[in-house]
Amino acid sequence: MNDILLTTKSLSKVYEMGDIRVHALRHIDLEVIKGDFIAIMGASGSGKTTFMNLLGCLDKASSGEYILDGISVHDMDDEKLTQIRNQKIGYVFQSFYLLPRTTAIENVELPLLYCKKCSLHERHQRAMDALKTVGIEDRAKHFPNQLSGGQQQRVAIARAIVNNPSFILADEPTGNLDTRTSIEVMAVLQELHAQGKTVIMVTHEPDIAQYAHRHITFRDGKLIRDKENSSPKDAKTDLANLPKISEEEDE
Amino acid sequence: MSILGIVRIAMKSLLRNKTRTFLTMLGIIIGVAAVITMLAIGQGAKQIVEDQVNSMGTNVVMVSSNFSRSNVRQAAGEGNLLTIGDVNAIKNELDGVLYASPVYNSWGQLKFEGNNWRGSIMGVDSDYFFIREMDVSQGELFYSSDVENATKVCVIGKTVADNLFPDTNPIGKIMRIRNIPFTIRGVLVPKGQNVMGRDQDDIVVAPYTTVYQRLLGRHWRMMSIIVSAQSRDYIHILQQDILNLLQNRHPGTTAEEFIVNSQTELAETASRVSDTMTILLASIAGISLLVGGIGIMNIMLVSVTERVKEIGIRRAVGAGKRDVLLQFIIEAVAISLIGGLIGIALGVGAARLVGNAMNWSIAVTLWSVLLSVGFSMAIGIFFGWYPARKAANQNLIDALRYE
Ligand SMILES: Nc1ncnc2c1ncn2[C@@H]1O[C@H](COP(=O)(O)OP(=O)(O)OP(=O)(O)O)[C@@H](O)[C@H]1O
Ligand SMILES: [Mg+2]
Repeated sequence: MNDILLTTKSLSKVYEMGDIRVHALRHIDLEVIKGDFIAIMGASGSGKTTFMNLLGCLDKASSGEYILDGISVHDMDDEKLTQIRNQKIGYVFQSFYLLPRTTAIENVELPLLYCKKCSLHERHQRAMDALKTVGIEDRAKHFPNQLSGGQQQRVAIARAIVNNPSFILADEPTGNLDTRTSIEVMAVLQELHAQGKTVIMVTHEPDIAQYAHRHITFRDGKLIRDKENSSPKDAKTDLANLPKISEEEDE
Repeated sequence: MSILGIVRIAMKSLLRNKTRTFLTMLGIIIGVAAVITMLAIGQGAKQIVEDQVNSMGTNVVMVSSNFSRSNVRQAAGEGNLLTIGDVNAIKNELDGVLYASPVYNSWGQLKFEGNNWRGSIMGVDSDYFFIREMDVSQGELFYSSDVENATKVCVIGKTVADNLFPDTNPIGKIMRIRNIPFTIRGVLVPKGQNVMGRDQDDIVVAPYTTVYQRLLGRHWRMMSIIVSAQSRDYIHILQQDILNLLQNRHPGTTAEEFIVNSQTELAETASRVSDTMTILLASIAGISLLVGGIGIMNIMLVSVTERVKEIGIRRAVGAGKRDVLLQFIIEAVAISLIGGLIGIALGVGAARLVGNAMNWSIAVTLWSVLLSVGFSMAIGIFFGWYPARKAANQNLIDALRYE
């Protein structure tokens, strides 16, 4: 039992807008063990992002329970949640949410600003390492509006991993990337997974889901399928086999 | 998160959003500078008016006959009601009187060698100098003995001295007033212009006895009396006493036939005028402050969308509510403080400039600084803090998705 990362029990989310009630999530029961690599799939509007937000402690459920590391999130105070967001969870937003007029590296440094003792130099070093991991260190001094969608996405991933979290939530991390960089990002996530981190990602693409070890499917706010992927693909191998043409075209 | 770290974040954020920072600061700068300058100018103008009023001699009462009311007597050839006897009576019979002097006013051609000047000539008692707090810068005044003997001496103002004696020392020289030779005893300390803009140094002062005998026509011997009271507080009582005394001494006259004025009244009017001016300037300054305040408010509110998102992002990556709020407050305080300081510098500078240009002694008052800086800072900090507090307490996802 010790290796359970999180459990959700009948987790539901209802958005109320005047008279209209949107049931974004209905009674989700899920158990995630440490070191899992999960791909969440489902049609647009099926509640994937809503679920990720709950898992990421960014939002609170309307009903049901979410137990993270043995503690009910519902009972945590603001300070505790802040600390979890800062240290335990790395979150890649579907729409990046980078600070405008702030360089890539400063955006990546952001989580480090709010954690205890981390020297200026160390911050810079770690942010640079994170940028290198996603292969975008040459854009460190660029502002978000000077970056392509894919580059912004990679900065967002770098920001999510900079604090070395044990739990990574990525909402469509390859949504804006071409095949090659998509696989590169998958390689990064697989590498983190290999280091023992738990990864949950949302994706629309079945190809990308193949890199995960477990597939979960949502429909209309319900969890309709949950199955093991017995033969996950290896991103590094795929990268090596990928024809070089695309890169030549880039040049 | 250490305060220092948050201060650093706040400063970075200010530098990152230079336009917003500058526009907010501008509101504060304009407000503060306007209030300080306006109030300093108002204060300076008031000071000038008061100085000028004081330079005419305070606690002074002027007595003259009211020509329009004594038409009948004038036609009958009596002309003036007031006499030297009245002067002595005021001096000797009334309480609270320090000095009293008759004043005969005349005009005439002044001549010294080739130089000509048309000047105002006053015939007064030697006490007049004490009443008007006059002194000489060269030579000496004339004395009561000169008045008794009707000596042909005089003291002259600086303007007269400059025009008649451009190259020579006037002391002891003999000047001709309407062709009658007068020996110059002294040159008066300059007084400058009075409130009405008249040159107070364009003047010749001589013993009234001499003026009366030598310079005044037979039918134009209008006299007024100038009296100084022991203290400003007596002035109003003294005015009434003088009026009563004159009516007693001139049976059959009414109060309307005498004009008894005091400089205090003039001083009060003048300071009322300058108070009004200060209020006017303060209103203008107040409006500038308000406009500046609205400017600050606008910028802060316009940038709320962006800032709410920023708060959402910071909180999502692990910034505490306290960290975020503190950052925003520090930003607001820094903007207000720097803006306030620049505003003070500009305001004081502008006040100095105006002071130098107008040759006024302009003093920036502490309360105008405190008022303007306090007001601007309050607005700046409130509108920096309030939306931030709202955003920090908002649901995180709502903050992130805020449009
Ligand atoms: N803040 C909100 N207020 C009201 N309704 C919301 C809100 N956020 C999401 N919803 C609704 O909840 C449902 C689930 O939304 P969610 O964003 O979780 O979908 P998704 O699966 O992530 O879709 P996509 O693949 O397009 O990102 C949708 O019907 C959406 O309209
Ligand atoms: Mg989504």
